[in-house]
Amino acid sequence: MTTIRIDGRDCPTRSDINLLQACLEAGANLPYFCWHPELGSVGACRQCAIKQFSGPDDRKGRIVMACMTPVSENTIISIDDPEARDFRASVIEWMMVNHPHDCPVCEEGGECHLQDMTVMTGHNTRRYRFTKRTHRNQDLGPFVKHEMNRCIACYRCVRFYRDYAGGDDLAAFASHDNVYFGRAEDGTLQNAFSGNLVEICPTGVFTDKPFSTVYTRKWDMRGTPSVCVHCAVGCNTIVNAREETLRRVLNRYNTDINRYVLCDRGRFGHGFVNAPTRIRTPLNTIDGQQVSVPMADALTAFARMAAKGRIVGIASPRAALETCFSLHTLVGPQHFATGQTRHEQECTELAHALLTRHPGALPTLHEMESADAVLVLGEDVCATAPRLGLSLRQSVRQASFHTADNAKVPRWMDAAVRTLGSECPSALHVMTPAPTDLDSVAAETFRAAPDDIARLGFAIAHEIDPSATPVTDLAPDDAVRATRIAHALMAARKPLIVSGMQYGSLALMQAASSIAAALARATPAAGLSLVLPECNSMGLAMIGGLPLETVMEQARAGEISTLIIVENDLTRDLSPADVAELVAAVPDIVVIDHTVTPLCHHASLILPVAAFSECSGTLVSQEGRAQRFFQVVFPPAPIQAGWRWIQALARSLDPPPRPITGLLGWRDLNEVLAALAMAFPNLAQAAMAAPGADYRINGEKLRSQTYRASGRTVIRSFISVRDQPPPASPDTPFSSSMEGAYGPEMPGALVPTYQAPAWNSVQALNRFQFEIGGPMRGGPSGIRLLSHAEHHDTEPHPYAYATDIPAPYAPQADAVLVLPDTRLFGSEELSMFSPPIIARSTAPMLGLPASVTTSDRMVLHLEDGPHILPVEPVPGLPAGIALCPAHMVARAFRFPRMARLETVPGEGERS
Amino acid sequence: MWTAEYPLPAPMRAEILALAAQELHPRGASVAALRLVQARFGWVSTVHLREVADLLGISADDLDGVATYFNLLFRRPVGRHVIMLCDSVSCWIMGREPLCAHLCGKLDIRPGETTADNAITLLPTVCIGHCDHAPAMLIDDTLHGDVTTASLDQLIDTLRNTP
Amino acid sequence: MTPASERPLTAMIDPAAGPPDCAAYGRAGGWQATRLALGSLAPAEIIDMVTRSKLRGRGGAGFGTGQKWSFVPKEPASERRKYLIANADEMEPGTFKDRWLLEGNPLQLVEGMILAAYGVQAGHGIVFLRGEYQEACARLHRAIGEARQQGWLGENILGSGFSFDIHIHSSAGRYICGEETALLTALEGRRATPRSKPPFPQTGGLWGAPSVVNNVETLCNLPHIIANGPEWFTGLGLGDDGGTKIYGVSGRVTKPGAWELPIGTPLRQIIEDHAGGMRPGYQLRALLPGGASTAFIDATALDVAMDYGSVEKAGSRLGTGMAIILDDRTCPIGMIRNLEHFFAQESCGWCTPCRDGLPWVERLLDAIEDGTGRDEDMDQLDRHARMLGAPGRTFCAHAPGAMAPLASGLKLFAADFAAHIQQGRCPHQAGAGAGAGP
Ligand SMILES: Cc1cc2nc3c(=O)[nH]c(=O)nc-3n(C[C@H](O)[C@H](O)[C@H](O)COP(=O)(O)O)c2cc1C
Ligand code: SF4
Ligand code: FES
Repeated sequence: MTTIRIDGRDCPTRSDINLLQACLEAGANLPYFCWHPELGSVGACRQCAIKQFSGPDDRKGRIVMACMTPVSENTIISIDDPEARDFRASVIEWMMVNHPHDCPVCEEGGECHLQDMTVMTGHNTRRYRFTKRTHRNQDLGPFVKHEMNRCIACYRCVRFYRDYAGGDDLAAFASHDNVYFGRAEDGTLQNAFSGNLVEICPTGVFTDKPFSTVYTRKWDMRGTPSVCVHCAVGCNTIVNAREETLRRVLNRYNTDINRYVLCDRGRFGHGFVNAPTRIRTPLNTIDGQQVSVPMADALTAFARMAAKGRIVGIASPRAALETCFSLHTLVGPQHFATGQTRHEQECTELAHALLTRHPGALPTLHEMESADAVLVLGEDVCATAPRLGLSLRQSVRQASFHTADNAKVPRWMDAAVRTLGSECPSALHVMTPAPTDLDSVAAETFRAAPDDIARLGFAIAHEIDPSATPVTDLAPDDAVRATRIAHALMAARKPLIVSGMQYGSLALMQAASSIAAALARATPAAGLSLVLPECNSMGLAMIGGLPLETVMEQARAGEISTLIIVENDLTRDLSPADVAELVAAVPDIVVIDHTVTPLCHHASLILPVAAFSECSGTLVSQEGRAQRFFQVVFPPAPIQAGWRWIQALARSLDPPPRPITGLLGWRDLNEVLAALAMAFPNLAQAAMAAPGADYRINGEKLRSQTYRASGRTVIRSFISVRDQPPPASPDTPFSSSMEGAYGPEMPGALVPTYQAPAWNSVQALNRFQFEIGGPMRGGPSGIRLLSHAEHHDTEPHPYAYATDIPAPYAPQADAVLVLPDTRLFGSEELSMFSPPIIARSTAPMLGLPASVTTSDRMVLHLEDGPHILPVEPVPGLPAGIALCPAHMVARAFRFPRMARLETVPGEGERS
Repeated sequence: MWTAEYPLPAPMRAEILALAAQELHPRGASVAALRLVQARFGWVSTVHLREVADLLGISADDLDGVATYFNLLFRRPVGRHVIMLCDSVSCWIMGREPLCAHLCGKLDIRPGETTADNAITLLPTVCIGHCDHAPAMLIDDTLHGDVTTASLDQLIDTLRNTP
Repeated sequence: MTPASERPLTAMIDPAAGPPDCAAYGRAGGWQATRLALGSLAPAEIIDMVTRSKLRGRGGAGFGTGQKWSFVPKEPASERRKYLIANADEMEPGTFKDRWLLEGNPLQLVEGMILAAYGVQAGHGIVFLRGEYQEACARLHRAIGEARQQGWLGENILGSGFSFDIHIHSSAGRYICGEETALLTALEGRRATPRSKPPFPQTGGLWGAPSVVNNVETLCNLPHIIANGPEWFTGLGLGDDGGTKIYGVSGRVTKPGAWELPIGTPLRQIIEDHAGGMRPGYQLRALLPGGASTAFIDATALDVAMDYGSVEKAGSRLGTGMAIILDDRTCPIGMIRNLEHFFAQESCGWCTPCRDGLPWVERLLDAIEDGTGRDEDMDQLDRHARMLGAPGRTFCAHAPGAMAPLASGLKLFAADFAAHIQQGRCPHQAGAGAGAGP
């Protein structure tokens, strides 16, 4: 800690930051553009100019850029200094020389950093009297709109896209006042994080294209905090709605997880909520036709079904904890299935067990960024957990930070650190069957079959801790590799092992865990991270239940009369034959979902459930963090939360089959969570993921609209001018209007939007943190259930290393090992109902080792029959392995299997 | 005529790879490689840009950001000959404006344009370090100083007749 | 004419004979310094000699060369990748001194680079040559090839254990590439925008490695300093600075050209004795003493000694030492407009004031020169001169350089500006630069 003097006021501050940050943290309004908390300083825009004085006697001072000047002891500065103000006013005026003044039609309007800074600087008269230069805009694909004339050339976009996110198809072109930011030619931005340009750009050059078609001003939308449902990482989001439609998803800062950045799947995957595939009324199958029926009829129909025999419930790793738990309560533990195959369930349960047992650290995404040696073992994290992949990409910079430290260059001096680090070695090792997006920054990549990667992993663990199981018959090359990587990991202060269940390999996760545990003996900071497939995979693993195979057996035995399947498309897990068998063996299938999935065609009764934006609930991320999402949209009845549907079903039963009185009486989310805590002590803390619905600030609910919300009374004015009472949710502490409490000190889990006096853009976030880039003032969002503290008190006893080392993979003559080629766009279920994501997904291909791609197309025989697929050579793919996109070719294909591969009959070899 | 050959001739590809190999990182050869292509084809077409980017292992967007940055790299076709008339201060003092007007009239083009017969492109250039012989210009890499309307006319006539 | 011994840089240059080859260069005294240095001097002694010689950078900023080198980490070249870069970008309007040295005696530069590289223990040499200098490029290629062949470059030079080689980077035209950090970015095959300091190039330069960037003329002095000793060198200067300087004059003088003279030679002597004074019918009105980015001084200051300190006292900068003369029949506003057009166009586009401020200045000057200027335009010009002129406000020295002629011109030619605006036209008959040739 140190103190600096800002305009005569002594302000305590930190010594490792720059003066811009220090001024902002001290609450001062100092305008800036090119600086960004996650991107650091480069001194391009010159907007943050202040006066610095060399001592108390210095009256003259000199202009410096606050963002480029480190805090030092006895710093004396002035923001108010006339010369500095003058210069800042000039900078804004220069920026506005070519800016089109099109605020009325600009989608950034009202939440534009440039607008804020212009007002803050006091520029309001146009003195430039010559013509403006104009640019041509580009079509950048389905996510991002481009309006180059609004550009103020802060260079943030390319710095984020290229330097931070590793993209290479966005660049700066030309020079002087003609600089242009875009692509060499029109075309879709390829980077997985392109959508962040919308928030990174301080003006309206890059805007949200899907939002544009349903555009409305920031102050006309409600916002609530939410959690992304498109993978298990659990990125925090803000969801915006108006007129009962979800309009967009924005990043919500969580210092431990996503911080300032969301992946494109998360940002643009929400389209399923408003898609034509949405289920909006109950559908009852009458004479083979699914017809829309009123809620009461649907419940009567269900009561009739339930009276016939046993009810079995199938939950889902994409359904909220409350939904799964209520189903569990309704059907009882003996009849509750997780909705996963045995294999998937084993994997998630193993992941949970390994993380719980891990003697080292369970790093957050943010902590992963500072890992100084990373081993990715058999998981294409860029596809399965995109935001985690981005964190690993940042970890590669650790060596350059140390070089910078030695050169006494502050770490936030971004360009300087990158210059110094240009030859710093990477400490990232990627071992995967196929190429990944991280390869380009890896020190070393290694391509092998999952079993062989696991073997190498075990060998590394043994190298680190001789008491770990050795791998006896390792090839000499691999032994050398194992030794080398082991030493690299042992030399690190904060090593990290990442694996996951993309390839359904227990051995891979065991191997990863063994390495991490071996490292943790000497290095307690040794981290382990395991990637799970769905937003609530971990929560469901902590509840437990029957695998689908058991349900199949019970069905075959005629033991199931009614199946209630909640938010789960079983056709993604079971082969068509299994699905057909299940449907034939169970008289009534009740599907509760928000979207028409292929499974719905087999349902006797379909009940429309609320999507994540229409209800509140809790998800547990892969790192065991319980997080709450809150209702922002109030859909017309009977769309309601999953647990409310289950409750309605229970209430329709007369008499109830089991003592489920608790379930019958739940009034709101708080009560569901209280019951959950009783039933599942390991999930008890989930109730604390966020303050409950009864939370108040000064007796007030929290507002979900901005203070200047307009037009509430005019939304329906073409029907009636009468003001409608704003809708209310018993499950959230939010009022759905502009009335209520709001402020930078509100709990981090409840921040519905970022706004502060003079700051209307997302950059108002700075006001919600004590330290920029640090925790939220109002406390963290979510709570970790797998806290490392759990095993601190127990005696450290030797780690039980896995002992069953797989045999080396031996390519077979008549079959290939087909591995799921998980895709950023295409493999994840819900996002594939979202039009912009559909537009970004590409046709399925069969990936084969480059050496064996002799035909353009081949036939792959999977369980559900032959598939003719175009062939794509995959560099480095080991022999005897084929890649097939998960869920795209055969719907249920998602874990490796052996399959026959043939040439297309009648098609010769490629000449 | 300067039609873009695609792919680049094999020897040129080899030469670009050799340039890249000399650098600590291949991208260090960006400007040299683009100049090589331009020396052969007169300009850098998009297909060639893509090919060079491939050879250097960087994206075309990245390389085009470099190509469009530099004054002497042409991303549009030029005529058989390029006249670069200095427009910097010493030449301006010494009368490059009337000279330029004369040239435009004679060629029937404006600065930045190419004559209808594709023979000559006229470009302004910054100081070419021949200020003691201002006004000065470059015709296809050859320096000419103390240029007058008369000497200019003569030069143009010769140019028109050279392929 | 000054005796050859007092014109070390150019004594060997004979346009008629072409540049000397290795042997001729040796016969005329070349390679002596290299033999001495590699044979019997430690790298630290080289740096010490250069420091004592008071050699200051001839690229425009005038930083002490020995001092600059002293920041380079001291590991031997064999242990650490380091670069020695000759800045031969020479794009400052009105400047043509480096071309003379490059075309006239490329081996002198090669030897200068060997000595500098040995001093800072750099194994890699690069000549950053502006793209238009094709003849210089060819001659330099020949010189480097021959030097390599004769063992002056390459592995283990003269059996000293020191290895060093040079390659040429032919640029593609951008004034900012001459700025040393932008030059490094350009060498990395990127858009040549300047970099922030720290890290200084000496510690984190090309590809993050320690790098020294020196002007061609600076480097060409080294063989003479090492061969003849620092005291001899300081003795050549007339004032506080050491050595000779290449001075030049362009504009309407009788004999425009460049001459090597003792540093500190009075401006009047350069213009009158060497450039032959003004052409008949023309009066000297004002001049830029050291290239386009230096401030105007008027005819009353002609007795200034052309060394770093004296020119600064006269309100300008020595810069490149290449003077551009404004005569009484050329419109000063036209001249400034021409200069600002150059600077606006050559802005790299990185920082706001320069990128968007300079085009505004250019348009204001266009308007004034074209007769559509307004009184308030003068306030705008003045504001820009203040806002862009002070160092530290823009990212690099390009914009302050651009403001030097404007700020000084606003004072010196206030009456001309007023006349343009009042009369709604340029009072200089047919506008500036109207004459066609001599
Ligand atoms: C805009 C700008 C352009 C420059 N152009 C050149 C140039 O063309 N040649 C040169 O030697 N130095 C140029 N410099 C100066 C260099 O940055 C650097 O100071 C010089 O190369 C160092 O060499 P010296 O110490 O030998 O003078 C320029 C500086 C600026 C700010
Ligand atoms: S560069 Fe600029 S804005 Fe950007 S923040 Fe600084 S100086 Fe400040
Ligand atoms: S000003 Fe034209 S050659 Fe120098």
